[in-house]
Amino acid sequence: MQNALQIVYLIPLLPLIGFLINGIGRNHLSKPVISLVGCGTIFASFVLSIWVFMQVKGGNTYDAHYFNFISVGKLVIPFAFKIDQLSSLFLLIITGVGFLIHVYSTSYMHEEKTEHFGRYFSYLNLFVFSMLLLVMGANFVILFIGWEGVGLCSYLLIGYWFKNTTYNKAASKAFIMNRIGDLAFLIAIFWLIAKLGTVSFSEVFSAANLAKLKALDITVITILLFVGATGKSAQIPLYTWLPDAMAGPTPVSALIHAATMVTAGIYMIARSNVLYSLTPLTMDIVAYTGLATALLAATIALKQNDIKKVLAYSTVSQLGFMFLALGTGAYVAAVFHVMTHAFFKALLFLGSGSVIHAMSGEQDIRNMGGLSKKLKITFITFLIGCIAIAGIPPFSGFFSKDAILLSAYIKSPVLYSIALFTALLTAFYMFRLLFITFTGSFRGTEEQKHHLHESPASMTIPLIVLAVLSIIGGFVGIPEAIMHGGDKLTAFLSPVIAQHGEHAVSHSTEYMLMGLSTALVVIMIIAAWFVFRNYQAKEATGLGKVLENKWYVDELYDAAIVKPLKRIGTFFNSVFEKSVVDGLVNGVGKAVNYSSRQLRLLQSGQVGSYVLLMVLSMVVFFIIQFFIRK
Amino acid sequence: MVKKNNMPINYYIFLSIALFSIGIVGVLTRRNAIIIFMCIELMLNAVNLLLVAFSKMHHLRLAETNAVAGADGQLFVFFIMVVAAAEVSVGLAIIVMMYRNIHSVDVNFLNRLKH
Repeated sequence: MQNALQIVYLIPLLPLIGFLINGIGRNHLSKPVISLVGCGTIFASFVLSIWVFMQVKGGNTYDAHYFNFISVGKLVIPFAFKIDQLSSLFLLIITGVGFLIHVYSTSYMHEEKTEHFGRYFSYLNLFVFSMLLLVMGANFVILFIGWEGVGLCSYLLIGYWFKNTTYNKAASKAFIMNRIGDLAFLIAIFWLIAKLGTVSFSEVFSAANLAKLKALDITVITILLFVGATGKSAQIPLYTWLPDAMAGPTPVSALIHAATMVTAGIYMIARSNVLYSLTPLTMDIVAYTGLATALLAATIALKQNDIKKVLAYSTVSQLGFMFLALGTGAYVAAVFHVMTHAFFKALLFLGSGSVIHAMSGEQDIRNMGGLSKKLKITFITFLIGCIAIAGIPPFSGFFSKDAILLSAYIKSPVLYSIALFTALLTAFYMFRLLFITFTGSFRGTEEQKHHLHESPASMTIPLIVLAVLSIIGGFVGIPEAIMHGGDKLTAFLSPVIAQHGEHAVSHSTEYMLMGLSTALVVIMIIAAWFVFRNYQAKEATGLGKVLENKWYVDELYDAAIVKPLKRIGTFFNSVFEKSVVDGLVNGVGKAVNYSSRQLRLLQSGQVGSYVLLMVLSMVVFFIIQFFIRK
Repeated sequence: MVKKNNMPINYYIFLSIALFSIGIVGVLTRRNAIIIFMCIELMLNAVNLLLVAFSKMHHLRLAETNAVAGADGQLFVFFIMVVAAAEVSVGLAIIVMMYRNIHSVDVNFLNRLKH
């Protein structure tokens, strides 16, 4: 019997068709047509994804094999999709949030010229296509194709306003940083091929193959995969591209640099959880890197003044939380946080887009203030997003963050306390942003004040939908302690992500941890209210200045890597290139020239000398023939 | 049965080497084109003599089993003769033309060809 899921190829195909139509027709189609094609294809994919999700929920999974992508000797890499619990969940997040952001974009980008409008939507569709390929791929190679595809789209969309040099540089920075990680990912794939001769998920993770791998191999492969993930998911040391990526249009920041693409690394590690569970060393590296990133980014976010930069560092910090969850073995918690984060971070970004729209392109929060009166819907939805990310029950962020904190607590109380501190910082900087932007008095120009307006419905409706999702999104993973059988997500994902052991803590401890974190978060919010309700901009000093300058990490990279590299480049250009390379090339020419000048003398035109040479050389040949060559 | 002439092959070889060397030395040292020509003929004939001698030697040794043994050596001699005749006719013509133009048959003047 044929599987009902065999039409899943339509899910990535539709955005690809949308990309082709909008990309080729961008000079000919009108804006409404472009919007319709762009949103329509994603919406169709979304509907299909819901249907696929329902099928998977009913216990139906599907491995689609289309053709052999690479076939060399014994190595066969098929172009195949794998539809299971994990990928169907990601399909829903990508197409669902993606659709809302497409709708939002139709208004946000409305002032662009028509051909740029078409270009924007074609890139966006291509991005969704690549992301779907990434999560649907049944082996590491297909995943890698999607992985590179989203990297490319990220580059194209960050540099969307390509006339601005700074934006182009930000795009290049993102692309190059990602390449560093991708190289490690690629080496990991080659390593797998060398050791196992296969890259397919089901084969690699089968017990027979795992038994073939030595512990060292697994450790190296997982570390390389993790390095790949640090590039894509913006972790230390490759995170600096993400804040700069805010150069792109705000909906792009919401879709790519908050909700979907940056979670690719988490998806990949969650997909490879069988491998990771075998290496405690890599797990520790993942956990500590994640925690360090979360803390570092949270401290930076405390002092940023660009509304999108705050959200960007917040994203880096939340991604750090997800890696902490992965590193402590709580894969489900990581995926859960990916989902809730996609809701509230997309909401926050779109909310900030609405604010920027109202402020005619102004992004500096020092020039805002008191916007809650004019932008009521934006304010309320933004507030919901802030509460969700801060982690106050029963909003979605509470449940996912609590699951991560709990797994950190099980691993070690030190991890837990640092993670809790970071969570408190999160609450503080998010509400700092909220209060500075929406309360107090307006600090912008008169012209801006006059222009302030609520965004149109196509922008506010996605905000409202995302706000609702941010509120209720957490109910799929209610901890066992609160409601028996409430943790539906863990049960749903159990075929993909095996559970190891039972909870090591009692319910009363869980209650205590939840109560502690909630109480502290509320205190932080109140503190933020008192500090920032009547915010006046002033020069930062001391530690604040260091934080405002992002711990000088960019400067450090510049001094430690970029400048030496440039110096080496200059050295090679001026010394190596001039003397060695040019010397070699010119030397060959000179040698030929000189030897030919010498040889020319032989050609005197004297018949006698020719004959003499001929005879002499014949004699030499005879001598060689008879006396030397035996 | 006819008594076989058993002159050793060495004599033929030495004679040929002598003739050939005289030819080479002549070509190298003389400048008169006609003398050079004669020396070339000398070398060709040295080779001919050798071919005939070896042909005879092989024939005598293998005649019982192979009636035409050594015939190819004789054949080559005729080829060389034909080629030599053709070469002489062309070469002499060139020398005549050379004499007409420069009133000399000294080969050292031939380097003017390069101009």
